[in-house]
Amino acid sequence: MDYLDSLEAESVYILREAFAKLDNIAVLWSLGKDSNVVLWLIRKAFLGHVPFPVMHVDTGKKFPEMYAFRERYSKEWGLRLLVEPCPPIDAVDPTLPPAARSAARKTHGLNDALKKYGFRGLVAGIRRDEEGTRAKERYFSPRGEGNVWNLRDQPPEFWNQYMTTFPPDVHVRIHPLLHWTELDIWRYTKRENIPLISLYFAKDGKRYRSLGDQDITSPMASNADTLDAIIAELETTRVAERSGRAMDHEAEDAFERLRASGYL
Amino acid sequence: MTDTIRPNLRIVIVGHVDHGKSTLVGRMLHEAGAMPEGKLEQIKAISEKRGMPFEWAFVMDALQAERDQGITIDTARIHFHTDMRDYTIIDAPGHTEFLKNMITGAASAQAALLLIDAQEGVREQSRRHGYLLSLLGVKQIAVVVNKMDLVGYDAGRFGELVTTYSAYLEGLGVEPSVFIPVSARNGDNVGARSKTMPWYQGPTVLKALDGFTEPLSSEDKPLRLPIQGVYKFDERRILAGRIESGRLKVGDTLLFSPSNKTARIRSIETWNAPEPLTEASAGMSVGFTLDEQIFVERGEVASHEASPPVETNVFKARLFWLGHKPLLQGKHYTLKINTLEADVLVERIERVIDTGDLTTREAQSVERNAVAEVVLRTRRMLAIDEALSIEATGRFVLVEDYLPVGGGLVSMEGYPDQRDLITVRSTNITAVGHAVSRELRQSRNGHVGGVLWFTGLSGAGKSTLALALEEQLFARGYQVYVLDGDNVRGGLNANLGFSPEDRAENIRRIGEVAALFADAGFIVISSFISPYRADRQRAREAVKQGFHEIYVEADLAVCEQRDPKGLYRRARTGEIRDFTGISSPYEAPEAADLVVSTDRQSVEECLEVLTGYVERAFRQAV
Repeated sequence: MDYLDSLEAESVYILREAFAKLDNIAVLWSLGKDSNVVLWLIRKAFLGHVPFPVMHVDTGKKFPEMYAFRERYSKEWGLRLLVEPCPPIDAVDPTLPPAARSAARKTHGLNDALKKYGFRGLVAGIRRDEEGTRAKERYFSPRGEGNVWNLRDQPPEFWNQYMTTFPPDVHVRIHPLLHWTELDIWRYTKRENIPLISLYFAKDGKRYRSLGDQDITSPMASNADTLDAIIAELETTRVAERSGRAMDHEAEDAFERLRASGYL
Repeated sequence: MTDTIRPNLRIVIVGHVDHGKSTLVGRMLHEAGAMPEGKLEQIKAISEKRGMPFEWAFVMDALQAERDQGITIDTARIHFHTDMRDYTIIDAPGHTEFLKNMITGAASAQAALLLIDAQEGVREQSRRHGYLLSLLGVKQIAVVVNKMDLVGYDAGRFGELVTTYSAYLEGLGVEPSVFIPVSARNGDNVGARSKTMPWYQGPTVLKALDGFTEPLSSEDKPLRLPIQGVYKFDERRILAGRIESGRLKVGDTLLFSPSNKTARIRSIETWNAPEPLTEASAGMSVGFTLDEQIFVERGEVASHEASPPVETNVFKARLFWLGHKPLLQGKHYTLKINTLEADVLVERIERVIDTGDLTTREAQSVERNAVAEVVLRTRRMLAIDEALSIEATGRFVLVEDYLPVGGGLVSMEGYPDQRDLITVRSTNITAVGHAVSRELRQSRNGHVGGVLWFTGLSGAGKSTLALALEEQLFARGYQVYVLDGDNVRGGLNANLGFSPEDRAENIRRIGEVAALFADAGFIVISSFISPYRADRQRAREAVKQGFHEIYVEADLAVCEQRDPKGLYRRARTGEIRDFTGISSPYEAPEAADLVVSTDRQSVEECLEVLTGYVERAFRQAV
């Protein structure tokens, strides 16, 4: 087994635990590189099947390439796709800095969808290396009433044992990619030949390293126009992955506040 | 472009709060050239805003509360690499309150850096973390003596700490690979050798990391594959799970425990694999089909027939407790070992261990963040292993109020593997009836048949009472016979020794013999220590009706003083191993039908109680 195999085996184990222990779960699909890997791993875990709904919380502000990608692969992969809308900006806490406020629309959309379907668990493709507060996450992360993340008192996780039973009113975020790095994602995408949105590849000296909404994501300078070139670039870069995401940087704790209230 | 994927080692950094873990990590990142662009500027700004000198710890401390209070609350991960390999650094909080977070971080590590403050020296948490690392299974440890700048880079002070802490770690059976004097804040001996400590000739912290070895794969151990689920999404019925140890291939016969069913692997199923798999090994999450549609469910453990896991419903454990509520003797919890779950009773807390000085004490409860040795019992049969032989199937967690609250290691010391005792090998058996009925025997004897099952420690007075009772009952016209330990071991059970398994088999056979006697209309008085509750329960089930468990009770100290056969003396000197009460457990009856206490009652008093009991239970029933 090489390193990618061991990452894969660990994630498959987590996904199978989630499926075995939780009724009524769904996987979040943002159409980005990480959630594509999550879907891929689900098909690995369940031998080609995605045995629960795939939910896209749609701000309506995604790039056209993303919508095209969603239409094509939800069909090709036989997904039970749920597209859930987000509320308009004036419904969101006006004390948040502008980009964070915009991002918080997604939290509201997500919380509405949770209420609507009563999901007990949501699989999401976040990684510990993305950002400091995500580094503190659990594979099985319980969210209390109002979907709040109590990051001061999280359950212990050791020896492949997770919190998999919950009081009523609590749902759980399942993070099968927690131990992956950005570079791992790209190497695995290449090895498995996983389809990708073209925005990740450089055009006119720029490419997107992380895909969000049109209004809060910006591309970075890069000439990496193939998977190999992206991998080579990441092996040497010291630019943080989310440096193109405005809401991470507006205030010292802006992102932490977003995450505590339910943001991914 | 390089496409080679380098090995990755997970290193946890542990130690007392304020001894400088986060600072060390920040510094290591900087020295390894792995600090993200703009991060230094960001930390400078945060430090300035708070009116404090540049704080390396802010690299790791992501939460607002962590930066405000200067302590790490939760575990965090950071990635960097040396020329040799990739590293995942796990920063584990040192604060007692967050011990569960430290464990969350440390449990997945393959090696550890243990930090001590040169000025403060070895503190409670330094010891506790050393202890927990050994319990968690992290065997490679390098000790980093930080803040050498605060003690004037003094070689003598460093030497003192090395001596003190080595002695403690030795008590745990942990041998640190190296002690490194550093100043994380100033960068001495982190990435580059320190000019201020020319007396130190050992490796820097980064070099010490490269000195750790990668963990050995458990491929060469016996196969253990806990079943996670059985999937039927299409025409295939696929069993899924991760191979925790060993290997398997198509065509192998698998034994499923505890159900004891077997079937052969027909295929290993994959999706989007370059080619079909014919074999798989430890670490892989697999799916496979069987040649027979046997009923197998989540929680069963697949192995090869020649090297199965232990089957038992009772075991000893060393555990750490993280719950807000204390662990209580007599309380039930949910036990989880891999995918297996069972209701478990904390039968006994044998001792609580002070991780500071390794002393032990008796207690009825285990407080948060303490370590204890306990006996756990389940109703259902478990398939597990000694933690020392196979880690993955030998360690467990306890769950209370939905939350994992404790973790422990299985020890089968003193307890038998019950697999053989519950495995039925005979087939094609048809029971033959009797020409003489039970009622006919009873009416001729004037009493019913049955078993008086004496259990108790060696020296409690079982044989004395059994023989005296036999005499009295015979005189009163009963059909009565004594089965006694040494007599049966001289014949029927001459091939059995005193290992836990042989003891259990000894009792199983006696239970069956007693059942035959009882069926023949006799009152059987059996006189055996019969230390395991499960064995006595099996005897009760074999006899079906008329089984009476008589607890011949006497304090261990009293029995040891009596020592009629000189066995205690020999057990104490180590001449006899597996001696009940000394080096092997005695499980007293939970609800005996009758208790006689030979340390408080005379033989005559006991006999009077016993004969009265027999008159009521056997004579009047006819």
